[in-house]
Amino acid sequence: MCLAIPGQVVEIVDEDNRLATVEVAGVRRTVNIGLLDSADSCVGPGDWVLIHVGFAIAQVDEEEAKATRDLLVAMGADYEQELEELKASVIE
Amino acid sequence: MRFVDEFRDAELGRAVAGEILSLVEPGRHYKVMEVCGGHTHSIYKYGIDDLLPANVELVHGPGCPVCVIPMGRVDDGIALAHVEGVIFTCFGDMMRVPGANGSLLEAKAAGADVRMVYSPLDALRIAKQNPDREVVFFAIGFETTAPSTALTLKRARAEGVKNFSCMCSHVTIVPPLRALLESPDLRLDGFIGPGHVSTVVGARPFEFIPADYGKPVAIAGFEPLDILQAIAMVLRQLAEGRCEVENQYKRVVPYEGNLRALEVMAEVFELRPHFEWRGLGFISHSGLKLSAAYADLDAELRFEVPGVRVADPKACQCGEVLKGVIKPWECKVFGTACTPERPIGTCMVSSEGACAAYYNYGRFAREREVV
Repeated sequence: MCLAIPGQVVEIVDEDNRLATVEVAGVRRTVNIGLLDSADSCVGPGDWVLIHVGFAIAQVDEEEAKATRDLLVAMGADYEQELEELKASVIE
Repeated sequence: MRFVDEFRDAELGRAVAGEILSLVEPGRHYKVMEVCGGHTHSIYKYGIDDLLPANVELVHGPGCPVCVIPMGRVDDGIALAHVEGVIFTCFGDMMRVPGANGSLLEAKAAGADVRMVYSPLDALRIAKQNPDREVVFFAIGFETTAPSTALTLKRARAEGVKNFSCMCSHVTIVPPLRALLESPDLRLDGFIGPGHVSTVVGARPFEFIPADYGKPVAIAGFEPLDILQAIAMVLRQLAEGRCEVENQYKRVVPYEGNLRALEVMAEVFELRPHFEWRGLGFISHSGLKLSAAYADLDAELRFEVPGVRVADPKACQCGEVLKGVIKPWECKVFGTACTPERPIGTCMVSSEGACAAYYNYGRFAREREVV
C-alpha cells in the first residue's frame, strides 16, 4: 500500500472536489489532486504526479515519472497488484 | 559488481559504490537504519547490501505502516466488522494481518461484510451507495497516507454523508525514531530518511536527529542508486565529523514538505496522548485521532470498540525486527511457521515488511559475503 505510482493528468473532471482523470500504465482512472493545490498553483492536464491511495501526493517531471515507472515495473508482482487495485478503484 | 548494470546510471552506481568503500574506516562497524519499508524492499530486490563493505550494516526500521499495527487494533477492527449493518473497509494489506482471533479476511469468510478498497474515497463512495448501511474506513499509514484520509473526511462532512466513519490508526514518523534513539539495545550511526513520508512532512522534522542525538540523516528516493547515494552521504558526514539532514531526493521532497497536506491533517486530526506500536509498545504522541471538530465521524465514538490490549504472540519477534535488534532470519519462526502465505507476525504480511523482503528474495539465513 505504500507505493506511489506515477501518472499523467489528462483532464480535470470535478473542479469542486478536485478530481482529475489520470493515465497510469495505459489505464485511465479518477484521482484527487487537491493535495497539490497551493495559493498560486495547482496541477493540470499534461502534468506528471505520484499517486498514492487515490490522491496525487507529489508533482514530478516526466523523466522522474518514467524512471519511477521503470523501477516499479522491475518490482514485478507488487506493482501489478497496485495497478489491479487502482483499476478496481472508482472514485466519483 | 552484480545488479549495478540495472541502475539508471550504471557508471555512477559503480562510482558511488567506490566512494562508499573509500569513506569507511577499517575496523569500525557502521549501523545505518533505513526507516522506510519501501527502501527495505528496494535494498533486497537490488542486492544493495551486497555492494557495501562488510562493516557497513543496514538495519531495517519501523516504517512499514501495516507492520506496526498491534493485534488489539486488528481485533477492534474485526469487532466493528461484525456489528450488524456495518460495511468495514480497509486497504488490501490490512486484510491478512492476524489479530488474536484471526484476520479481517477470516472475519469476511465468517460472514462479516469486509471490503478491500484502494482509496479512502472508494470507501466514501460505498457509503453513498449504501445509505442504509454504516460504512467504516480503517485508516492506517504514516503521513504519506493521512492527508488522503483527511481530505476524504472533509468531503464526507461537506456532503453531509452521515453513514460514514473512520477508525483512525494513522501514525507519525518522528516519535518512533526518537524512541529507537532512546533505546539502550540499539546503537545506530545514521539514518536513511523516508522518501514518500518526507514529500508530506519535508526534511525539517528530522532535524532533531542531528541536533539532539548527533547522528546524520540522508533522505532518499527509491531507486537503488538513490539509496546507495544516501548511504554515501551518511558515511561522508561520519567521515568528516558532520551531522545534518541532507536531502538526496530533492527532486521530489521540498524542505518544507507539502503545506496543503499538513494543513488538512492539522484540521482533521489531533495527536493521541499515546498509541501502541507492535513490538515497540506505547509511544507518546505517536498516533492520530479525529479532532474534536470531526468527532462525529470517529468510528471509535460512534460504535463500541473493545480496545483490549493483546500481547504479541510469544513465538513472534516482530518487535525486535522492527527495532533492528535482530535480522528476520534470526527469528525462531521465520520461514517455517511464519511465511507470507500464513504470517504470524506483521513484518511477514506486507511486502514492505523486513521479513517478507528477506523471504521473497531468498535471504533465509546467512552472514554477509565480504565484497
